[in-house]
Amino acid sequence: MTETIENLRDFNYYQLSKAVNNTIVLAEYIWIDGSGESLRSKTKVYQTQIKTLEDLEWWTYDGSSTDQAVTRFSEIYLKPVRVIKDPFRGDPHILVLCETYLPDKKTPARYNFRWIANQIMEKAKDHKPWFGIEQEYFLLKRTGTTHLWPLGWPTGGFPYTQGRYYCSIGERNNFGRALAEAHLRACLNAGIKIAGLNAEVAPSQWEFQIGIAEGIEIGDHMWLARYILERIGEEFGIDINYDPKPILGDWNGSGAHCNYSTLTTRSEGGYRYIVDKLMPILKENHLEMIKLYGQKNELRLTGRHETGKYDQFTWGDGSRGCSVRVPIITKEQGQGYFEDRRPAANIDPYLVSAALVDVTCLNGEHLKQLNSIFEDSLKPLGQQIFQQQKEQFQQQNQ
Amino acid sequence: MTETVEHLRDFNYYKLNQNVTHVLAEYIWIDGTGERMRSKTKVYLTPITQISDLEWWTYDGSSTEQANTKWSEIYLKPVVYVKDPFRGDPHILVLCETYLPDKKTPARYNFRWIANEIMEKAKDFKPWFGIEQEYFLLKRTGTTHIWPLGWPTGGFPYPQGRYYCSIGERNNFGRALAEAHLRACLNAGIKIAGINAEVAPSQWEFQIGIAEGIEIGDHLWLARYILERLGEEFGIDINYDPKPILGDWNGSGAHTNYSDVKTRGEGGYKYIVEQLIPLLSNTHKEVLKLYGANNEKRLTGHHETSSYDQFSWGDGSRGGSIRVPVITKELGAGYLEDRRPAANIDPYLVSAVIVDVALLNSTYVNQLKQLLVQSAKPLA
Repeated sequence: MTETIENLRDFNYYQLSKAVNNTIVLAEYIWIDGSGESLRSKTKVYQTQIKTLEDLEWWTYDGSSTDQAVTRFSEIYLKPVRVIKDPFRGDPHILVLCETYLPDKKTPARYNFRWIANQIMEKAKDHKPWFGIEQEYFLLKRTGTTHLWPLGWPTGGFPYTQGRYYCSIGERNNFGRALAEAHLRACLNAGIKIAGLNAEVAPSQWEFQIGIAEGIEIGDHMWLARYILERIGEEFGIDINYDPKPILGDWNGSGAHCNYSTLTTRSEGGYRYIVDKLMPILKENHLEMIKLYGQKNELRLTGRHETGKYDQFTWGDGSRGCSVRVPIITKEQGQGYFEDRRPAANIDPYLVSAALVDVTCLNGEHLKQLNSIFEDSLKPLGQQIFQQQKEQFQQQNQ
Repeated sequence: MTETVEHLRDFNYYKLNQNVTHVLAEYIWIDGTGERMRSKTKVYLTPITQISDLEWWTYDGSSTEQANTKWSEIYLKPVVYVKDPFRGDPHILVLCETYLPDKKTPARYNFRWIANEIMEKAKDFKPWFGIEQEYFLLKRTGTTHIWPLGWPTGGFPYPQGRYYCSIGERNNFGRALAEAHLRACLNAGIKIAGINAEVAPSQWEFQIGIAEGIEIGDHLWLARYILERLGEEFGIDINYDPKPILGDWNGSGAHTNYSDVKTRGEGGYKYIVEQLIPLLSNTHKEVLKLYGANNEKRLTGHHETSSYDQFSWGDGSRGGSIRVPVITKELGAGYLEDRRPAANIDPYLVSAVIVDVALLNSTYVNQLKQLLVQSAKPLA
C-alpha cells in the first residue's frame, strides 16, 4: 500500500558504496512457508566471499510466524540448497533457496517436500527426467486494502470476452507487459532457466516457462522464479495470483502445464512407449496424482477452457482439451516429450515432478508416501506437531 | 489499461545485464482476424546469425481463431527477422508464416505463401512498391468508449483543412508517438521512407518503401507490429478502419505506389497509360474485394477518393482510382499510385494481385479471391 508515497517502490533508491560492495555479500535466505504457496525471505550479511553452497551456514527463523511451528517450539532451521545471483541487489549478492527443518535438522518442517523429491530424483537419475513447466498467473490490482480485481479490468466489471488477448499486442488487449518483461530479464540475470514468455488467454493473464531442467532443478528454478516475480510485483504495486480459477464464469483459469520426458521417451520407439505404456500408467494413477496437482483444481478442470475434466483421464495428439497432450512433433519424430495439462498454477513443483518421475520410472512406489506427506502438511498445526516438537525438544535436552 | 499504475508503461523498467548472452526472439504472426498480430518470446541460448538458426515453433491456434481445441497446434515458420527496437541488440523480432501441423497447409489468413510464389514468378520484372499506411490515434475512456486523440469527448474539432502536415498545439496531435515509431522502425532496419500528419485531426501516415516483391508485405506488417507496441507504451489505440468516423472526416487508406521494369524503362509512361491502366480497369471489380473489408464506406468519391464501383484515373488527380504522378508523365517513365486500397489491407494480397494483373495475365486473381473468402469463413 505504498502507492501514494514517492520513492517507496524504488528498491534501489539508495546505493551500496563500492567499498562495501567489494567486501560484503548479502544473502537472501528464501523458504516456502506454512501455506505451501507463499515464499518468505530474510537477509543475512556475510563478511566473507561466498563461492559455493558450503560457504553458507544453516540459519533459523520463527516458524510460529509462518504457520510452521507453535510459539513454544518456534525455531525452524533453514538449510541452503541452491544459490543464484540476486537480480535486485546485483553482484556479488545472492538469493539462497532453503529447505526447512525442525530443530533436529532431520525432520522436515511443514510443506517441505523437496527432501523427498530429491530422494526420488536420485533414485531415478539414470532415467534423466527432463521438465519444462508453463507457469500461468494473473496480475491483480488492489483497491484499498481489500478489493482485488485483475489489472486493466473495469472496476466491478468485465472487459470484452476472451479471444483477443492471447499473445496480444496493443493498448486495448495487453495489460502489464512491462512487469512480465522485467521478470524475464531478472530471471535471466539471476541465471534461472527461463525459456520464454507470453500473454495468456484471459486479459491480464501471463505465462512464463521454466526449462529444460533435470530432476530436482525444476522445483528449485520454479520456486526461485516465483520469488522473483512476487518481488517485482512489489515494485510495480501489483499482486501475483496463482489461483486455479480466480474469476468464475467464461474466463480461463491458471495452470502449470508440465512438459516431461525421460531417456526412454526421447529414444527410438519413444512415442509408442508413451502411448502404449505411460498413458495407461497415468490413467491408472489419475485419482491419486490429481490430489497433488493443486488445491481447488476441480474449479479449473471443467472440460471447458482448454482443460480436461477433473475426475477423468484422457489424452490426445495435439489436443488441448485433455488431461495429457502428446505434441504432434513427438508423434512425427517417433520420440520426444508429452504435456501433462492437469497441474494447476498453485502446485508445488517438487510434488508434481516427483510424482511424475515416481509413477513413470519407479513403479509408483512413493506415490502413497507423497500423498500422505502432503496431507499431513494440510492438517492445521496442532496436537500432532506440537507433540512431535515437544519430543524433539526433550530429546535434545537429554 | 495500465494507466493508473506507476512504471507499468515502462517496458525497459528492468535492464538485462551485459553478461547475459541469451537472445530473445519475439515470434510474430497474423492471427485469425487477418488484421491483428500476436507474438510471444522464445529464449535462445546461442547467437542468431541467419534465418536458419531460428527453429519452427508452435502455438495454440484455438486461442487466435485459427484452429479448434481438439486440433489446436499451429506451426510458426520464421521467414524474416529484424532487430528488436524495444529490447535492443542482439534481440530480434521474427516474422512468421503460420501452418497446420502438416507444415504444408497454410493456416487461416496466411497469404504470404502465395504472394511469395507470385513474386518469384515475376521477379525478372523487378516489381517495386511503396505503401502509404494511414492510421488514426484513438484514446480509450474506460474500456469501451474510444474517440480520436485530442478530439473533445463526445464531440468534434474544427473541420479539416488545417491538420495535414500541421505543426503547433492546436492542430497536431500525437507527434511523439509517430516520431517514436519512425525511429523504432529505423533502428530495427525497416524500410520506412517518411511520415506526415494527415488530413483528419489525429490521423497520421508513414510510408514503407522502396521494397521489391515480397519485402513490401514483410516490412509493412513489421512496421504495424512496432506501431501497435508503441501504442501500448503511450496508452493509445492504433486504428486502421477505412472509415472510422462517419461524416465530413477522411477515412484511412494504404495507397500503393507501383512500378516494374516496363514502367520504369523507355516508353514507360505510354505503357502505363495504354496497356497497364486498361488491365487494371478490366479487373477492377475483381481486385477490389482484396482491397480491404468495409472499403465501400471510404471510397465514396469524396475526400480524395474515387467511387467504389467505378474505375477512373488521371494525371496528378487524387479523385481517381489510379493517379499517375505528373513526374511520371514528365520523365516519360516511372510509377503509378493505386489509391484504392484501404488502411486495413493485407499487403501480401494487394502486392500479389497488382503483380499478377500487371505481369502474369491475372492467372492468380481467382485463386487469391478464393483464399480470402475461405479465410473469412468462420472456423468449422
